[in-house]
This record gives sequence, structure tokens and C-alpha cells, in this order.
Amino acid sequence: MPAKTTATDSATKAPASRKKSNGTQEWLDPKSAAKARKELGDDKIVEMYQSMLHMRRFEEQAGRAYQMGKIKGFCHLYIGQEPVAVACAEALEERDYMVSAYRDHGHALAKGMTGNAVMAELYGKVDGCSRGKGGSMHLFDVSKKFYGGWGIVGGQIPTAAGIAFAAKYRDEDAVTVGFLGDGSIHQGVVHETFNMAQLWSLPVVFIIENNRYAMGTELKRASSVENLAVKADAYGMASATIDGKDIFKAYFGIKEAVERARGESKPTLLNIDTYRFRGHSMSDPANYRTKDELEAEMAGDPIVRLQNWLVESKIRTLDEIEAFDVEIKADVKASLKFAEESPQPDVSEHEQHIYVDWSWDIE
Amino acid sequence: MRKLAYRQALNEALAEELARDEDVFLMGEEVAEYNGAYKVSVGLLDKFGPKRVIDTPITEAGFAGIGIGAAMVGLKPVVEMMTFNFAVLALDQIMNTAAKMRYMSGGQLSCPIVIRGPGGAAGHLGAQHSQSLEQQYVHIPGLKVVMPSTPYDAKGLLKSAIRDPDPVVFIESELMYGWEGEVPEEEYLIPIGKADVKREGTDCTILTWSRMVHVALAAAETLAEQGISVEVVDLRSLRPLDKDAIRASVKKTNRAVVIEEAWGWASMGASVADFVSRDLFDFLDAPVGRLHQREIPMPYAYNLEPLNMPNEERVIEAVKRACYVD
Repeated sequence: MPAKTTATDSATKAPASRKKSNGTQEWLDPKSAAKARKELGDDKIVEMYQSMLHMRRFEEQAGRAYQMGKIKGFCHLYIGQEPVAVACAEALEERDYMVSAYRDHGHALAKGMTGNAVMAELYGKVDGCSRGKGGSMHLFDVSKKFYGGWGIVGGQIPTAAGIAFAAKYRDEDAVTVGFLGDGSIHQGVVHETFNMAQLWSLPVVFIIENNRYAMGTELKRASSVENLAVKADAYGMASATIDGKDIFKAYFGIKEAVERARGESKPTLLNIDTYRFRGHSMSDPANYRTKDELEAEMAGDPIVRLQNWLVESKIRTLDEIEAFDVEIKADVKASLKFAEESPQPDVSEHEQHIYVDWSWDIE
Repeated sequence: MRKLAYRQALNEALAEELARDEDVFLMGEEVAEYNGAYKVSVGLLDKFGPKRVIDTPITEAGFAGIGIGAAMVGLKPVVEMMTFNFAVLALDQIMNTAAKMRYMSGGQLSCPIVIRGPGGAAGHLGAQHSQSLEQQYVHIPGLKVVMPSTPYDAKGLLKSAIRDPDPVVFIESELMYGWEGEVPEEEYLIPIGKADVKREGTDCTILTWSRMVHVALAAAETLAEQGISVEVVDLRSLRPLDKDAIRASVKKTNRAVVIEEAWGWASMGASVADFVSRDLFDFLDAPVGRLHQREIPMPYAYNLEPLNMPNEERVIEAVKRACYVD
């Protein structure tokens, strides 16, 4: 394997030893990569790399800001899972809808929300996407068709299906993606929704970002089956398990499901293997997994994989990639500055946005 | 004026609003082919077809959530709960999604949904099917809660609820579905947030809603014969609450009794009594009286069930206590 890598996670440092372990692959599937070059083109792939790197740098800075007390409450970082959001956004059109859960920064950025709007929301500032009233777990941007942002595990899944229902009702040519985790797959309302989505042929894609840990509980301690894709079988729903650490495989896997939703108005359940490099939230030291496991996963950092592939394939030089990083880091710094300087919501906003039509006293 | 049953009035409201706005649809268990568990939706499938009148599986949380998601992007769903006892399963979706979307999104979203169905006791249905659970919704900022007591109010308020841009929990009364009342032919709306004086009086105000309005009216009739003039204020909307109507009545009578079918601790009635006691303290000649269900799950036995509930006799006692009459 090539040694010419740069650390993409400066906070945790890419491991010096790049040996394979735990079945982690450092490379990208050559077939999918070739197909991607043909279908997406090299420039688009570079853009996807930049999006992933932007998410990474954004989250690293968000983590630091949290440690400095600038960001409060819960903050669930997306580091390690970037290919899933980027591949998904690439498989969707702008008019398509996305609904997420509480680990939503990456999804929001992928759907086109700016680093400024998301960072300012984390800071609880009025220029945040939800005017500072949502916070990390409740990012919204209707203009980007990004509908949250959920703090109740699995509660977002019927909403995603409801949006898909409305799109179908109005003959909109729009697909809805609902993200969930390997924890929320066990919630009853998720299964109620799967049944109705299939029964009513809703144009929706349910994406399990299976990072193997529901907070601190490993999947095998929470699930009676190992392969979460089989959950779709009970509803006669199409499903697939996808390698979410390989941006190209993730893209083509999600694309197929999106096409099924768009072309046939049929739902799909995708079980996407991924891994989060950080704890469940900023306050979680992640003692439930071994250092060896984490190091092995980080050795296969999906961003490093794509970076190596871009260099190996002579699409971009390492120097060019390092220049992207400089640019992206500056961009994230600018978002921090924007968030710092944005005012807190005026106290007059406190009583606003509870109801559309409310002419009585609130209390 | 013509008379309609409570369920017919609701049916007319649904039919008129379905005809008026393509974005309105009705969804719930047995609402379409079965014509409604309580026949509120009778004939609507035939009139509007399966796209607009939709049978669901028995999954309250799931279909409430789908309705709420559809409302978030601009449809106007009416989601029927076969009873509000079952809506408990959908409570997460109602309180965590419908009620919160607008605030959490900084005003970007709204959720124009109506969650409706019967609540309250209906006679020998046992502990799980006889509950008055309006408190669960009244407690939540972001929701509006309406509980009409007559066919006239039911129709006018349901039409307003469907047109309302916010989530409205609309609790009907299982026992009253067959009760008749005057409903005009011509279209009308009743604004949410307005109470209605169902009987005027001068000695004591009864503040109540839904079926208890009729228990209060019967008691008021008996009390009138005994020389006590009772004003019955039907709150109709529990959130928002028509505080001005309460103030106007209590300032006139200087006495108030709050009557509810639900249990009394941490209830709507408790909040109304709290409001009257503090806001109108200087106008009160007696402590605010309260009457509510006993703190006991509803028994099935024919002799025990009535022991749980407020009735005319107990209302009379409560009013007399507030009026210092033996």
C-alpha cells in the first residue's frame, strides 16, 4: 500500500502503521471506482472528496469548540461516516428530501447547507439554520429540503415516510431519504413505517448507518440478527447491505435504491456498514470498544482511502490535495468566525415560532 | 333549524373540507371501507375515493407520524384515532414531532394536522377504553386542543381545526356521537380559542367542557328550581384557553366550580382552578370548587363504574358547597 498519505484527522492523527487488520480494506473497489470515473467524472469525484474533507474538518473544529465551551449540550460528531452522507447527496437531486436523526451535521452539509449556517446553529446563534433554537440535533433548512434533525431515536422515520407520502400524493418527482442508526432499527415505529411504506409504495429510501454501536451497546448485544438488511424481508421490501467506507460502493448502492424510489415508487432499506471514530457524543470516551478495533478502523479511514486513490489514479497530486486541505481548513475557520460573530437570538424570538396562528397570551 | 347527530355534524365538516381543499385527506383505522368505527366518516370513501380517505393498519404511532410528515410539507391531514386511548401510542409523534417542528426549525416549518377521535368514558368499556386524556395534549406548547360539546360546535370547530395552520388535537365524545342538536344548513366556522356560555346565571359559574357540559346543564336546571342561578361556561378550546370569557363570568358570579371527566391530579381542571384562584382572587367569594373523576381506573362492573364519574348529583353538591348552601 502506498505510504504517501496525509493525516486527515489531525485531532486523532492517522496511525503511522497502515497494516490491514479486522478485515479493514485500505483501498477502494476497483470496479466501482472505474464505473464512477465513467459515470461521475473525475472532477465530480474530486468534489465528493472535498465534501468529505470539509465534513471532517468541520467536525474536528466543532469538537474543539465544544471542548472550549463554545458549543454546549449534546454534540454527536460524524467523523468516519462521511462517505455515506456524501454518496447519498450525490445520488439525490436538489428537489429530493432528506430527514436525519441526531448525528446530522454531515447530512445537513451534504444536502447543501452552508458550514456557516450549521456552525452558527451549533453555537446557538441567530444566523444558525434554525435561528439558534434547534441546536446540534435539530438542523433544518426547508429551502435545501433538509427536514431535521431528530432527538427521539427512530421518531424521524415516519416523518420521512410522511414526506414521501405527500410527494406521491402531489405527484412530485421527489424521493425522500430517511437516515437511522443501528440503534433505532429496533424501535416499533420504524417497523410500523416500513410496513406502510411498502404497503403504499412510497418513494422513500431508509438508510441505516450501521456504525455498530448504539451509543455504547454493540449491535450483537442489541439485535437478534446480525444482518440488519433482513429486517426488510418481513415487509417484502427491497434491501441491500453496502460498504459505506468505500465512497463508490456507497454511491452506487444508494443510487440504485433512489432509482427504485423514483422510477417505481418503491421503498428500500439499506444497511450501510460504517464506523464512527469518535464517541457517541462529545461526553462519551467510548470505553466499550478496544483501542485495537479503533486503530484498525482508522487505518482504513475512508477519506485517506479516497485521497490515496486520487493520487494513485493520477487524478490529483498530493500537493493539490494538500492545497484543498489548506483551503477547506480556512473555510471552516471562517465558519467558526461567522458563528462567533453572529448574535444570539434576540429575546423577542423566545416567544416566536411556537404557533403560526396565535393571538392569545402564551402563558 | 334542522337537527343533526354529533357524528353527522362531524361528517359534514369533513365532507365540506375535503371538497374545499385537495390537500385535505382523512387517514386512520377503518375510516374508509368500514365507514368509520363510530361512523363519523360514513360515505366519505365513496365521495372522495381511496386517495383522500385512507385505511391504515393498526399502528397509531406510524400513521400519526406519516400524517405529521405529510403536514410538514404542506398537506392538511386529518388523522383519526379510533379512540384517544390508542393515541397514547402516538404520543411521541404528536408531542415530539407535531408540537415541536415549528419551534425547533426557527419558524421554517408548520404542521397543519388534525388528530381527532373520541375520548372519555362510553359505558362499560373497562379501564383501558374509558380514559379522558386531554391533559396529555393540553400540557404541550405547540399543540391546540379542542373538545366540542354539541353538534353545532363540533362542526364549526372541526372545520376551523382543519383550516388551522397549527397541529390541533380534536377530542370528541364517544357517548355523544348519537346526540342531536341544531346545525344550520349554511356554512359557518367557530373560532378556536373562544368559550361559549351555554347557560347564563348569576350565582355561580361552572367551567367545563365536552360531555360534562350536559351534566352541568342538567344540574343547573335542578339548581334553578332551588333558587340558585348557575352560569355554564363551555370552554370548548382547552389550549388556547379563553381566559377573558372565564374572567367575565366569574367577575359576575364571584364563585366558580370546575368540572371535568378526567382524573383530577395535574389535570386541565387543576390548571383552570389554579388560574381562577390566582387571576380572579379578589373577585371570589368562595374557594374554587372542583369535581373530577375519582383517582381509580375505570371499573367494568355496572354498579361501580358510575361511582367513578362526576354526575348531576355531585355537580349540585359542588355548586352548593361553593355557594355556602347546605
